Amino acid sequence: MFTVLHDLVRYNIEFAIGLGLMTAIVIFAGLSFVSPVDPTMVYLAIPDQPPSAENWFGTNSRGQDLFWQLTFAFRNSLVFGFTVAILSRIISIAVGLTSGYVGGWVDRSLMFVNDIFVAIPIFPVLVLFYFVFRDDLDSFRLALIMACFGWPFDARLIRSVAMGLKHREFTRHAVFAGMSTRKILFEEHLPYVMPIIFSTFMNNMLWSIGFEVTLAVLGFTDINEPTVGTVLYWANSHSAMVVGVWWWVVIPIILVVMTFLGLFLLAVSTNEYIDPRSRLRRMGA
Amino acid sequence: MTDYIWFLAKRAALLVAVIFFGVSAAFFITHLSPIDPVETALGRISSQASFSPQAIAEMRQTLTELYGTDAPVLSQYGNFWRRLLVGDLGPSLIAFPTPAMTLVMQAMPWTVALLVISTLITFVLGNLLGGLAGYNQNNALFKSLGMLAISLQPIPYYVVAFILLILFGFVWPVLPISGGYAMTVTPGLNLPFVLSVLNHAILPALSLVLVGFGSWFLGMRALVSNIVTEDYVTYAELAGVRKSTIVGSYVMRNALIPQITGLAMTLGTVFSGTVITEEVFNYPGLGSLLIDAVFEGDYALVLAVSSISVVAVAGAIFVVDLLYPLLDPRIRSE
Amino acid sequence: MTDDILKVSDLKAYYQMNYYGNNFEVRAVDGIDMSVRRGEVYGIAGESSSGKSSFVKVLAAAIRPPLRLVSGSVRYDFAGHPIDLATADARDIEAIRWKHLSYIMQGSMSVLNPVRRIGRTFEDFASRPLNLRGRAFRDRIVAHLERLKLPAEVLQAYPHELSGGMRQRVTIGLATVCHPEFILADEPTTALDVVVQKEVLKLLRDIQKEMGAAVIFVTHDMSVHANVADRVGIIYAGNLVEEGPTREMFSAPKHPYTAHLVASLPRIGDTAQRPALDGRPPNLAKPPPGCRFHPRCPLAVERCRREAPPLETVSPDHRTACWRWSEVAPLVDHGMRQEVVR
Repeated sequence: MFTVLHDLVRYNIEFAIGLGLMTAIVIFAGLSFVSPVDPTMVYLAIPDQPPSAENWFGTNSRGQDLFWQLTFAFRNSLVFGFTVAILSRIISIAVGLTSGYVGGWVDRSLMFVNDIFVAIPIFPVLVLFYFVFRDDLDSFRLALIMACFGWPFDARLIRSVAMGLKHREFTRHAVFAGMSTRKILFEEHLPYVMPIIFSTFMNNMLWSIGFEVTLAVLGFTDINEPTVGTVLYWANSHSAMVVGVWWWVVIPIILVVMTFLGLFLLAVSTNEYIDPRSRLRRMGA
Repeated sequence: MTDYIWFLAKRAALLVAVIFFGVSAAFFITHLSPIDPVETALGRISSQASFSPQAIAEMRQTLTELYGTDAPVLSQYGNFWRRLLVGDLGPSLIAFPTPAMTLVMQAMPWTVALLVISTLITFVLGNLLGGLAGYNQNNALFKSLGMLAISLQPIPYYVVAFILLILFGFVWPVLPISGGYAMTVTPGLNLPFVLSVLNHAILPALSLVLVGFGSWFLGMRALVSNIVTEDYVTYAELAGVRKSTIVGSYVMRNALIPQITGLAMTLGTVFSGTVITEEVFNYPGLGSLLIDAVFEGDYALVLAVSSISVVAVAGAIFVVDLLYPLLDPRIRSE
Repeated sequence: MTDDILKVSDLKAYYQMNYYGNNFEVRAVDGIDMSVRRGEVYGIAGESSSGKSSFVKVLAAAIRPPLRLVSGSVRYDFAGHPIDLATADARDIEAIRWKHLSYIMQGSMSVLNPVRRIGRTFEDFASRPLNLRGRAFRDRIVAHLERLKLPAEVLQAYPHELSGGMRQRVTIGLATVCHPEFILADEPTTALDVVVQKEVLKLLRDIQKEMGAAVIFVTHDMSVHANVADRVGIIYAGNLVEEGPTREMFSAPKHPYTAHLVASLPRIGDTAQRPALDGRPPNLAKPPPGCRFHPRCPLAVERCRREAPPLETVSPDHRTACWRWSEVAPLVDHGMRQEVVR
């Protein structure tokens, strides 16, 4: 595991850049634990100050220091993305392994459900949930809902790998040795799909944080909780660009793009390391 | 031929299932809502104009009947399907008493046009350039295009749209950043209107193209770099088959098959992107309508837009699926 | 002896790879000398990963990185078009492809474009070298297909609609339609069942005789060589270890490895225990010193472990690379099988 990581950093420039970006973002988010200010309080600083030695990222029109505000925002967004990724991984592993290993009508019906989830446009559905929950739609509820929609692509990918594993020698040995299906799946097959899970994990975080930003910017989440999206929401609602408080918009966007690029590079490079043909299989399954 | 019929039957079953589940989800989710559509509607109507108490009582009865809120949920559900099939989901609130369906149908062409045009551009451009990049892997131009695609691909629709808005709204204001056409032209089939529509569509379409381009480009590049190692490509090269034939009919042609499946699979996501882009650029399509409806608590309109979105996306996926057998003779076989 | 159409001397081709910082060099072809005469069928045998496929790739000018030609020459003497693949540029190689040198690739399942009708593939492959178009071209193709006992309708078909045997005949048709002087056939019958295999072999043999083309026929299956080859060369660990007239190779092999290959052939009515060959073919990234066969050789002595034996001529047309060739005896009584049809 450690040597793989070492090799990747040394010989895969994309992985190295991605790891660098993500480390920087995680450290930045981690600074929120030592923050001297409470992110939910307003008018603690002089509003609308440009970046300076005192306020590194400036202050916003609500009198908050943007540096500390953003540390909380990134912490919450990363935790959000992590939660969605974990939950949806659980679903996609369960569906993918079962579907691929059991086959037959179980496979067909699971993949049918899978296709339904792929075809339903997620955004209107999320908006519907906001319509119902209104401001009660906090990060955790949103994460639960998004996890329900974040699994189908990856379940299909895992299924195609599981289908290959099924015909391997060691699976047959396990079957003859009387291992239960559940045991075979979780003790024998799971280790083989672990690398895919790692790479799709990154992609899934990317996807869910992207959606969170979008929903929040439109005001469709709990706007009092600092996240990357709500920072931009407040900037928008104070017309930050129009009144010239550009740092309120530009700095978060730069950080967001860094995060996305970092996650994406990690996903792509690990994926390439595992299997250069993965895309072909994903599509051709 | 039987294979083809099987394929069609499976896709049609999926179409029906997606519409059924999607629309049902829309219905039940909205019915979890604490909002009483009748009282919301009455509140809004009476705030706009004064009505006699008798008129209000009458209206309440009509609305209750219309929304069917006095019936048990299951019979409401049945009613809802019946109403959806005849295309009458009750009056909207944001433009009372215009029927919700009418608003949806007005917004629909804008979204469909934006989505179809930008998806076509993205698909053709991304696959063509991605295919060439996969075939000429050491070409510096394609390499830098690949870097561009990698940096664009992960950025969500909203951020790209927003960056374009800043660039063309504040930094270099040459393109209209809001609306579907200029206020000064009269809608209809006249040149100024058409030009104005196209002009206003540039930025929304551009942001959709920019986001979509990366994934098609990278996907096609990966596919092609795998397909060039296939035996039939090597064999054609050994036989001295013309290069353009190899690239076109051997490599790209085969890579296109999974990409068409991919197109069907991403339409849902692209639709979500369109909704967001419309909101950013204030474009008069389904997305803006949906968001307005949510903000105004317009029950009927929210349900109408989301149901129709599900039907439209599922229908579009079905159409793309129909293309698939045309590309892959192994499914079309007799 | 001078009428060689192909002359290979001291050919070396290695796979050179760099995978996450580790350099690998696999010596797939490591110093091969041989020649092929006009109109002759030269069989090449060897285990999988012996380097025989890489050798054919070099002969077909089909090398791609990481496989690289390291040294040596590959000279073809085509009518009015002599060429050395080691020094020729891409344009020269393009000029001989299919017109003079054609190739039947391993795996008939995957060599045809799955989304293109057979007729279009024929156009892509043969229209230019034949300099024919439209009606005339079609007539030519149909006539050629007839010779391969294929109906003209296959031109309308997609590869997946044909049986394995038909598909293999189509690829043979593709490779022979331009009447090349030299055909490289890499395991053309391996994926087929025995009955079809026999049919395809006979066809290939007939068409070769008719056109007078020289053929290099690669397969690990010695019984196929017994049926089609005029001469057989054995490749082991990137080296040619023995070559000679087919009959002699079977009846009087002069290399212990050949003796084993011949002995492993099943024969009707033979129930005797067959001597098995221990061990595996050597890792070509780290070949053993001396004779590369010595770790598995029953005759190996000290000298074999230190010095690599040269390829020496032991009788007319028969060369072997073994220090103890005079002591090699057939492991089974008399090699040629009854059913061999020549």
